[in-house]
Amino acid sequence: MEQFLQQLTNGLAVGSIYALIALGYTMVYGVLKLINFAHSELVTLGAYLGLTLLTSLALADRLGPLLGVLLLAVMVMGLIAVVGAMLDRVAYRPLRQSPRLSAVVSALGASIFLQNTIMLIYGARYLNYPHDILPKMTIHMVGIDVPLVRILILCVSILMMGGLFFFIQKTKVGTAIRAAAIDQGAAKLVGIDVNLVVLLVFLVGPALGGAAGLMLGLYYGQINFAMGWSYGLKAFTAAILGGIGNIPGAMLGGLLLGVVEAMGATYISFAWKDAIAFLVLILILIVRPTGLLGERVAEKV
Amino acid sequence: MIQYKTIALIITTGILAVLPQFLNPYWVDVLNNIGIYAILGLSLNIIVGHTGLFNLGHASFFAVGAYTAAILNTQYEIPVLWLIPVCGLSAGLFALIVARPIIHLRGDYLCIVTIGVNEIVRIALINNVFGLTGGSNGIFGIDRPNVFGMTLRTPMEFYYLILAFGAVTIFLFRQLEYSRFGRALNYLREDETAAQGSGINTAHYKLAAFVVGAVWAGMVGNIYAAKMTIISPESFTFWESVIIFVIVILGGSGSIPGVILGAVLVVGLPELFRDLANARMLVFGAAMVGMMIFRTQGLLPQRPRKYTLPQGRRNGEGGE
Amino acid sequence: MKLLSVSRLTKSFGGLTAVNSVSFDVQPDTVVGLIGPNGAGKTTVFNLITGIYRADQGEILFKDQSIVNFPTHRIISQGIARTFQTIRLFQNLSALENVLAGCHSQMKSGVLGSLFHTPRQRREEKMALEEAMEALAFVGLDSNALQMARNLSYGKQRLLEIARALATKPSLIILDEPAGGMNEHETWQLVALIGKMKERGITVLLIEHDMSLVMRVCENIVVLEYGSKIAEGPPQEIKTDPRVIQAYLGVEEDD
Ligand SMILES: Nc1ncnc2c1ncn2[C@@H]1O[C@H](COP(=O)(O)OP(=O)(O)O)[C@@H](O)[C@H]1O
Ligand SMILES: [Mg+2]
Repeated sequence: MEQFLQQLTNGLAVGSIYALIALGYTMVYGVLKLINFAHSELVTLGAYLGLTLLTSLALADRLGPLLGVLLLAVMVMGLIAVVGAMLDRVAYRPLRQSPRLSAVVSALGASIFLQNTIMLIYGARYLNYPHDILPKMTIHMVGIDVPLVRILILCVSILMMGGLFFFIQKTKVGTAIRAAAIDQGAAKLVGIDVNLVVLLVFLVGPALGGAAGLMLGLYYGQINFAMGWSYGLKAFTAAILGGIGNIPGAMLGGLLLGVVEAMGATYISFAWKDAIAFLVLILILIVRPTGLLGERVAEKV
Repeated sequence: MIQYKTIALIITTGILAVLPQFLNPYWVDVLNNIGIYAILGLSLNIIVGHTGLFNLGHASFFAVGAYTAAILNTQYEIPVLWLIPVCGLSAGLFALIVARPIIHLRGDYLCIVTIGVNEIVRIALINNVFGLTGGSNGIFGIDRPNVFGMTLRTPMEFYYLILAFGAVTIFLFRQLEYSRFGRALNYLREDETAAQGSGINTAHYKLAAFVVGAVWAGMVGNIYAAKMTIISPESFTFWESVIIFVIVILGGSGSIPGVILGAVLVVGLPELFRDLANARMLVFGAAMVGMMIFRTQGLLPQRPRKYTLPQGRRNGEGGE
Repeated sequence: MKLLSVSRLTKSFGGLTAVNSVSFDVQPDTVVGLIGPNGAGKTTVFNLITGIYRADQGEILFKDQSIVNFPTHRIISQGIARTFQTIRLFQNLSALENVLAGCHSQMKSGVLGSLFHTPRQRREEKMALEEAMEALAFVGLDSNALQMARNLSYGKQRLLEIARALATKPSLIILDEPAGGMNEHETWQLVALIGKMKERGITVLLIEHDMSLVMRVCENIVVLEYGSKIAEGPPQEIKTDPRVIQAYLGVEEDD
């Protein structure tokens, strides 16, 4: 039981990171029908920028751990948002009218470019996050000792997702984003500035991805220039699992995938952990071809 | 015009036939890699280029073929080239079983499933599934292939094997393009509903495209195993699938010359940039973005098929 | 004897019942019109007949055999062909290849024949080419055979869709607003074409907004409104039916 609860909280924490990354995929997909394969590199970049700022500014020493990390997160998110918008400008915007698979190749190219840029700047070796930023304490709850980082990650992610959900559902800009995702042509007709929506999506998605990268650094303590590749793949899986283009779907998909993976690694086989995640995805898609929350619309003929 | 084409073909064949005589073994090996990726690209082209199915897991079919060759050769000592049809069949069967339940998935859902299958295959290989695949070290000691009593060892000897297989592939795939089957794939890509409305069993053709592409990738897997004599899971990763995919789209979806040019660039360019050392992949990534922006349809896009119209029809001279 | 018999056909999308228990018959060798205001459910009826949508309820008999919810390609190979209201050609392929798509169901060669170009495959290919050219000539597009579909005028694209449908060798062809986007001359040609199809023994079921065309070519007319059938009969009767006049008065400006 104790092990189960440990794995559950671990799975939820990792899953909430997946969910944050998945949101970036799903938002861009919703508006542009593009799989932004370079999103994973924005996550990596978030982790590296986090480390750089952390060590160079010594925020944690000056402001105390919690406030320091919070400020750090804000800075990382802002920087990655700018990189995200630039990525769209350079690699995707010229391809808006092109065949969809051409844009996918551009995304793959951008991903390779960013990954190797990071490698050239920071080197190919693993780098360590200083392990004394967040206090190494555990909190006793539901009968087990849960590490503080885990709880922090879960809470912060849920706060961010809640904020995003509110933004998308309740604000005027959020409604514009949803409208553009349903039908760009119609959205233009009613006066929505689709270019602005795209810009927004490329600011918000990468910002969340950057935050996720920082969390990965804090949670695992080690980062590598290639780390985004596998987390990105997992997050993309999560986005599809929930129904690509669907924002609550990405959140649900991420959390579910994190838990499935943690449980699979513990109770089935650690070596098959990644395969289990994909197997679950495939089984779910066989039953629900458009993901858990994706709508099944009959194409109008 | 026909003469002009024949002459071009003869010259190209001539150049390809003597090319390795002027190159050192290193560059001949680069050519061999280009050849292998070109044939893999052509096989994926059936699925992605002609049918428009988003497959980012093609390396899994390649893997099934390569491991079939490696296992049957090392365990039962069957000469490796004899196994080419078996490798094609096993990869085709694998594609049939895997694609059957998921073939109705739309575009990007299909894409992630193919990635997933690729990952599952790779992990299965690493975990030494059925005790046959040798885990992460893979399988070594695959026999050198033997053609008409001659054992192939040097890159140059393999060059001619790959060239021959490539030529057969090009010939057959061109025939396929000019057929009921090839056209059906294109109808599906252009408009699935209209294809159904014209009487085409689209689910059948999607599956058939996967199987044909997989059969070919499986056969290339055999040649790859024979050339390397040692294979391991890291040769069949998602990254490998990405490379094959990029070859197709960058070169020209649906176009045989395009895909070959794609293979030359994607495999050959990083070799030319070797002086850049660590920066070469960075340049490569940027080049991918740039090429897609400047040649959105790929470098050599698919050209319309030519038909000689029946006698007595106007405008029947066709094409060029 | 009936060629096509639709009974109590029903289809809804979410809360909207697009087709509500519609029944009608099509006699062989006739031209039947399906009319009604925009959104009445006409196209949906066609999509149900050709298996593009799944029916919620009801029965469709073709040559006395049930075809309801069969896969589209099987319905086509049984002898029903169709065109689409929003033209759905293979825009990047030539007119000839568009028509060859229609020939597909008449052909047999599979992967192996296609890879190796066996003698049988070649013979079949030659035949198909001739039949495709014949279908193009039938609609008057043989001189456009090698042009890309997307480069044809709107009216010619409509004709090309008809040629593609004819190439499946149908006994029933269903046309969804074939005159949509055609000029007067082209419409007049279309009327002649429908006559020629009838001569060939092809039964025609069509949706059309151009009332003069419908009245001219149809022997029997079925009228839908809000998904339900409100009238059925020969043109003279339909013209004077008070319910039909009522239904059309409200939406006259739309058409
Ligand atoms: N795939 C679909 N999804 C949702 N609603 C649909 C779909 N197809 C048709 N409808 C709706 O069904 C109704 C009938 O449409 P349709 O059959 O196209 O009308 P008509 O052809 O008579 O103009 C319309 O309200 C239309 O919006
Ligand atoms: Mg309609």
